[in-house]
Amino acid sequence: MSNADAPITVGERRWVNHALGAAAWITGLVFFFPVLWMVLNSFKSEQDANTSPKINFTPTLDRYREVTRSAGGLLSFGEAFTNSAVIVIVSTLIVLALAIPAAYALAIRPVHKWRDVLFFFISTKFLPVVASILPIWILAKNFHLLNSRQALIILYTGINLPLAVWMLRSFFQEIPRELIEAAEIDGASLKGQLTSIILPMAAPGIAATALLCVIFAWNEFFYAVQLNPVKGSTVPIWVTTNISTRGDFLAKLSAASVLACIPVVLAGWIAQKRMIRGLAMGAIK
Amino acid sequence: MTEVRYDQATRTYEGTDIAAVNSLNLDIADGELLVLVGPSGSGKSTALRMLAGLEPLNAGTIYIGDRDVSNVRPRDRDIAMVFQNYALYPQLSVAENMGFALKQQGVPKEERISRVRETARILDLTPYLDRKPKHLSGGQRQRVAMGRAIVRQPAVYLMDEPLSNLDAKLRVQTRTEVVELQHRLGVTTVYVTHDQVEALTMGDRVAVLKDGILQQVDTPGTLYHAPDNVFVAGFIGSPAMNLVDAGDARPLKIGEASLGFDGPAEAAVGNGAGRVTVGFRPEALTVGDGPLRAKIRTVEDLGSEVFVHLALDHQGQNLALVAKMFPPFNGEPGDTIGLQITGTTHLFGEDGSRIATTSATLHSSATLH
Repeated sequence: MSNADAPITVGERRWVNHALGAAAWITGLVFFFPVLWMVLNSFKSEQDANTSPKINFTPTLDRYREVTRSAGGLLSFGEAFTNSAVIVIVSTLIVLALAIPAAYALAIRPVHKWRDVLFFFISTKFLPVVASILPIWILAKNFHLLNSRQALIILYTGINLPLAVWMLRSFFQEIPRELIEAAEIDGASLKGQLTSIILPMAAPGIAATALLCVIFAWNEFFYAVQLNPVKGSTVPIWVTTNISTRGDFLAKLSAASVLACIPVVLAGWIAQKRMIRGLAMGAIK
Repeated sequence: MTEVRYDQATRTYEGTDIAAVNSLNLDIADGELLVLVGPSGSGKSTALRMLAGLEPLNAGTIYIGDRDVSNVRPRDRDIAMVFQNYALYPQLSVAENMGFALKQQGVPKEERISRVRETARILDLTPYLDRKPKHLSGGQRQRVAMGRAIVRQPAVYLMDEPLSNLDAKLRVQTRTEVVELQHRLGVTTVYVTHDQVEALTMGDRVAVLKDGILQQVDTPGTLYHAPDNVFVAGFIGSPAMNLVDAGDARPLKIGEASLGFDGPAEAAVGNGAGRVTVGFRPEALTVGDGPLRAKIRTVEDLGSEVFVHLALDHQGQNLALVAKMFPPFNGEPGDTIGLQITGTTHLFGEDGSRIATTSATLHSSATLH
């Protein structure tokens, strides 16, 4: 490192490395601080949360008990959680069921004009979400889908599908052509090629794609609040119900936010290894 | 009995006008090892993939046995293929890789295991059956790829440059093993390579392709000693045949020396035959005494033989020739020496096809005039 004769490039000086490392830590802490603040607040009393920040306080789980206690007539945590879980899981499964064949047709056996098809998929993302809400609301109303899980399942499927197709396509492209050809010659049917070669090899990519779909669907707020304000509401909407016009709510809101974060963080942590491999695998080309 | 026949088989890739394989006619006998050889872009791999069913035909027919397989799916052609990069299934063990095709065919598990074990024994793969491909060396992977093909007992083996990823020593050794194995199994095999040495040493017959067109298909000896055209003459043999564009003047000259032939050849290249290319192999050129003066550029002493690279002025151009000599050879780079042709000489016409093969002698121009 400190060889005086060697030409020194950026990052080779020891103090530069230390400075960069320190800057990275500071940036990381700045980003992490709000999360830490939220988690700490969630264990405080409302009184503690609303005074000037202090580190030593008596931690309590009361806020969690309060936010998860179901009050008659109001959206309960359990209901919102169930809605979210059903909507997220079903929409992600539909996305995968549609995106895997689509990616196959775009990567492994490209259909005629596959470039146009690929562009079409991403072009559906060009429209600002807010610009589409009126027609979508009217459609949902006319089909009697307002305040139903179906409406969000359909929407989240539509929102995540282009991304999933693009991601899976790049993962499928990473599979060497010869492997699929070898399987073809070895007598594997299309189903055999998929189940024994393509899907196992693309598994990390499929896991990464599914996780992103889950995260996007779980966190989506705009459509949910417009279409399902009364019934079929999801966790993000439940979080906002903890904002009240009377009294302090910071600690309660923090507890609710922590609860809303846990499933995504958990899923991310479980899938972490596969996902990083998957994302890296897709990024190489 | 499984013959393979290409009948006017043509493949043109989408977006191009030129056929990658153009009206290929080729008969491969039962049990024969036929090598397809050519430079890159010659269509040899495409021809193999057409036989495998991985490339559709734009015209013509391919038969395996008596069956027209032109529109048959790869898996219904009863073929096994060895790929250049082996294409082993990374998530499966060696045994599972080898048994994959049998499993797809619905062969009962007991039989599958015994066939895989038997094949592994032949290929010395028994200790590795439980390993994943990534834990094998290049040579072992190559054998697994061979084993995966052998275990199926197909009608035809297709091999697409299966040795090109091995190091030189292992390649030579494996070459012999593949040939022995093929003879033992007696299964019709089509083998693609860009390496003409591999082609000559392995093939019962060798088909030379260039730009999608079959140039010649013959035994290695015939290809070497009686090439049909300039391309085959230059492609087969290492170092390559000396090819000299002798122009259309008569008598034919190389540098300042005139070429004399026996009667029939003389007539074949007489006035009116147009431009003639003269070809002679390095071993047909003798360095030492002779009417053609040349300068030694480099000397490659391989121990058993010496390749002498020479330069001379030929019709105002710098002409490079190679001579194969037996040691000891005393010439040094920079020396000027005399050359004489002492072996077979081929004469190729304007269109590149061979018009005569003869013995030729170089004469000093002064003695003729």
